Amino acid sequence: MPSFQTEFDRLRATAVWRSIFRSGVGDSNLHNAQAVQQNVFLHLFSVKVRSRVLDFSPTWYLGAFTLVTFLILVATGILLMFYYHPSAPQAYADMKDLQFVVSSGVFLRNLHRWSAHAMVFLVFAHMFKVFYRGAYRPPRQFNWVIGVFLLLITLLLSYTGYLLPWDQLAFWAVTVGSNIAKAVPLMGDRIRFLMLGGHEVNANALLRFYVLHCVILPLAAILLIAVHFWRIRKDGGLYVPERKEP
Amino acid sequence: MSDANKALPAQPGAKDGDDCVDCSRRKFFSQLGMGSLVVAGAGAGLFTYEYFSPNVLFEASPVVKAGRPDQFAANSVTLDPQTGIYVVNSEKGFYALGAICTHLGCLTAWKPDLDRIACPCHGSQFNREGVKIAGPAPQPLPWLEVTLSDDGYLMVDRSNILNAPKYIKV
Repeated sequence: MPSFQTEFDRLRATAVWRSIFRSGVGDSNLHNAQAVQQNVFLHLFSVKVRSRVLDFSPTWYLGAFTLVTFLILVATGILLMFYYHPSAPQAYADMKDLQFVVSSGVFLRNLHRWSAHAMVFLVFAHMFKVFYRGAYRPPRQFNWVIGVFLLLITLLLSYTGYLLPWDQLAFWAVTVGSNIAKAVPLMGDRIRFLMLGGHEVNANALLRFYVLHCVILPLAAILLIAVHFWRIRKDGGLYVPERKEP
Repeated sequence: MSDANKALPAQPGAKDGDDCVDCSRRKFFSQLGMGSLVVAGAGAGLFTYEYFSPNVLFEASPVVKAGRPDQFAANSVTLDPQTGIYVVNSEKGFYALGAICTHLGCLTAWKPDLDRIACPCHGSQFNREGVKIAGPAPQPLPWLEVTLSDDGYLMVDRSNILNAPKYIKV
């Protein structure tokens, strides 16, 4: 009787499989390295790492947890978009429908909301961890800068998402936030006008924030996350201080 | 400069740092190319800015029909939350204040028991002349132009901020 292993190996030897996964059958060092290096997603990461790097203590896995919250936000966000019209006053009704009418709607909405809070917290925790361990120092200084931009994108995603429920909290938070932007010298009024697409927080502002929240900022985040991960490999892997000899 | 040009013997009369035959022509075209990229980039930036600036807005008119003078009791402060204005019927006459807090734009509310206008967001307080009494607001509430229409309504122009108090006697 053919075992699962031999059947799987036969599948991996077929022309179709080989055309997708070029490294082929085998579990030599070379094969394992090629499996990582020849995959478009995995090639961002190192082929080999020190086992010490994978311990809990160097990183507390904060960056990885941040990625997990981001993936949850993308998945739940896309699902929420199927029931949400970015128009006033329909947006508020859609949000309430998601809470009370749509099957699993309240679960998805709450998951999106709590993950958003968790992501902001985790991004800050990740930053503090990197800072206090000194992992921002050369040669990793460029990746620190990428991280600062990712922090800004996270905060902007949080801020633009805040308007979308179109309730009183959202309206006044964005009124206050856009008036803070107005305090920029000389061009503050223009910045607020471009941000809101008008002089007041209304349907134009809702649509602008929606496009920023669902398209532009996530794409920017994905781009910078890819660079962030790739730079970890290029900068010599995750930072682990030399082990002190006793 | 490419290696092919470097391999050529130096031309008589070539200037220092000018070690290729047709440098000036190549330089001209590369500068022309870079220049056109800069112009195209600036144009794209301008188009983007123009595109994101709406030319027509469906926002409420700044001129508000606030009501008939006899609708406002003597010594009263009346908020219209829809338009964000106070109509004050004082002993000196009618005047109007903007109800949007000068701190960060929240809608203020009239508190008759305190005899003050108060902002719910960050605690700014104003008296009924719009003068700040407490809180972070950097400016007093603006006085708005009030006129009496031909058919006897108080009209408030929210875009016309007065520099000095002006009262409308009816």
